[in-house]
Amino acid sequence: MSEQVLPGLVPLAPTTERPLVRTSLIVLTLVLLVIMLVLPMAIVFVEAFAHGATAVLRAIADPDAVAAIELTLIVAAISVPLNTVCGVAAAWCIGRFRFRGRGLLVTFIELPFSVSPVISGLVWVLLFGANGWLGAWLDRLGVRIIFAVPGLVLATTFVTFPFVARTLIPLMQDQGRDEEEAALTLGATGWQTFWRVTVPNIRWALLYGVLLCNARAMGEFGAVSVVSGHIRGVTMTMPLQVEALFNDYDWVGAFTMAGLLSLLALVTLVVKAALEWRIGRPGGGWL
Amino acid sequence: MTRRSALPGFAPAMSVTMAWVGLIVLLPLASLAARPWTMGFAGVWHSISEPRVLAALRLSFGAATLAAAINVPLGLLIAWVMVRYRFPGRNLADSLIDLPLALPTAVAGIALTALFSRRGWIGGWLALIGVKVDYTPLGILVALIFVGLPFVVRTLEPVIVNLPLDAEEAAATLGASRGQTIWRVVLPSLAPALLAGFGAALARGVGEYGSVIFIAGNMPMISEIAPLLIVIRLEQLDYAGAAALGLVMLLVSFVILGLLNLLQARMARRPA
Repeated sequence: MSEQVLPGLVPLAPTTERPLVRTSLIVLTLVLLVIMLVLPMAIVFVEAFAHGATAVLRAIADPDAVAAIELTLIVAAISVPLNTVCGVAAAWCIGRFRFRGRGLLVTFIELPFSVSPVISGLVWVLLFGANGWLGAWLDRLGVRIIFAVPGLVLATTFVTFPFVARTLIPLMQDQGRDEEEAALTLGATGWQTFWRVTVPNIRWALLYGVLLCNARAMGEFGAVSVVSGHIRGVTMTMPLQVEALFNDYDWVGAFTMAGLLSLLALVTLVVKAALEWRIGRPGGGWL
Repeated sequence: MTRRSALPGFAPAMSVTMAWVGLIVLLPLASLAARPWTMGFAGVWHSISEPRVLAALRLSFGAATLAAAINVPLGLLIAWVMVRYRFPGRNLADSLIDLPLALPTAVAGIALTALFSRRGWIGGWLALIGVKVDYTPLGILVALIFVGLPFVVRTLEPVIVNLPLDAEEAAATLGASRGQTIWRVVLPSLAPALLAGFGAALARGVGEYGSVIFIAGNMPMISEIAPLLIVIRLEQLDYAGAAALGLVMLLVSFVILGLLNLLQARMARRPA
């Protein structure tokens, strides 16, 4: 854009805002972000350390807290790999092949994102709860799903189902199938092609999807709350433990547990920013 | 597909996908769709037309709509500043916008409750002017604005990046002031994205549970959201009633999102 004004022409009006306007908008944005995002984050740590570091350490060492941390890790360790394998399989079909019903399949995969967390837990109770479709039958077999760890895993898997597939599908569609076909023509087997051509091409986006999937799996509250039964030390994940301690007026305990989850969120954001710096922001993701 | 594909792995991958989608998504949702009718049509109608249910639905949809509407100008401002301006700390600020999505909702819930309590950093100031947020419907609004903000910002950012500058230049050359250019050229081309962001924030807000229940106070008829009422019905072992309410929420959400999609498609087609 030239600042020069030719004689006889109207002077160019600006294509950006005046400096004063720009500065005020930037300041306003930063103030908004501090109030809306930084303060809620900061108060978690301030409340956790309200009675000093020893209280925090004692809260972390509490047996129920340790059990909650372990259970959260176990649930994520089952749900995330399952959704990763299935997400890659789904993206392989949708991204590399054309078939009837492809759009419908994508809709089904994305469905859990538009379902309330509470409903995501409710559906499992309807299936496996005491009054559920399969509840009585499972009861005779002595299998417990609701108010037990399998229910937590199922609810978490439902909620985090779309992350990996959603991140991979647009990327794999864009990449097309030329490289894989070249590898096959040159004599590679299907698995060799997958591991040596496909996986290196999608690895960062895959990591991105797994990262978001894991953050949600460890932090999910509504869905697991419905199926948990809230048995202390047995079916309490970290977010559920936050609620229980908060309702007991144990603020240090609640905000310590919340602080650990906040650290997880912050680490997720940092790794996510690093991945975006490398591959750009993939479509899908959280939205 | 006419020619046989050279790429292997379609059948096994498709089997895994279908099994997974069927078992994890469709079967559970089918149980939601089927369960309410065990109490008959009249029973379902009775169950979802209780005053307490209607109040909860009104609150959930009303608060989510209002929060999404508030997030539209806030999100537009933030997205515009992030895309168009360069300033120190921009990358950090931009990464932070996803915090409400990364932060577990229970953590957001107790953090906002602490922040807006009478003794909290913000609640203390608001108490001076006589505004009470915690344990009121206003608290629900605060929580929904918090969780909805990234949806508007992240929907707008890529659209603003791709906004053709020459349209703005043309407007300026033709003598439009910057304000006129924003109002007549920029905003109309952002309208579909604004609507999409509004819809995404609304959809999230309607079903939101974790961040709301701590700050809401949860008074029946006043500050009790629909997802909480589902939990209460489950605790009373009223499975069919819980499923009926869940189904109504889901259907109303889909209708609203469908209408917003239609409107958005119409806007996108209209010549600027």
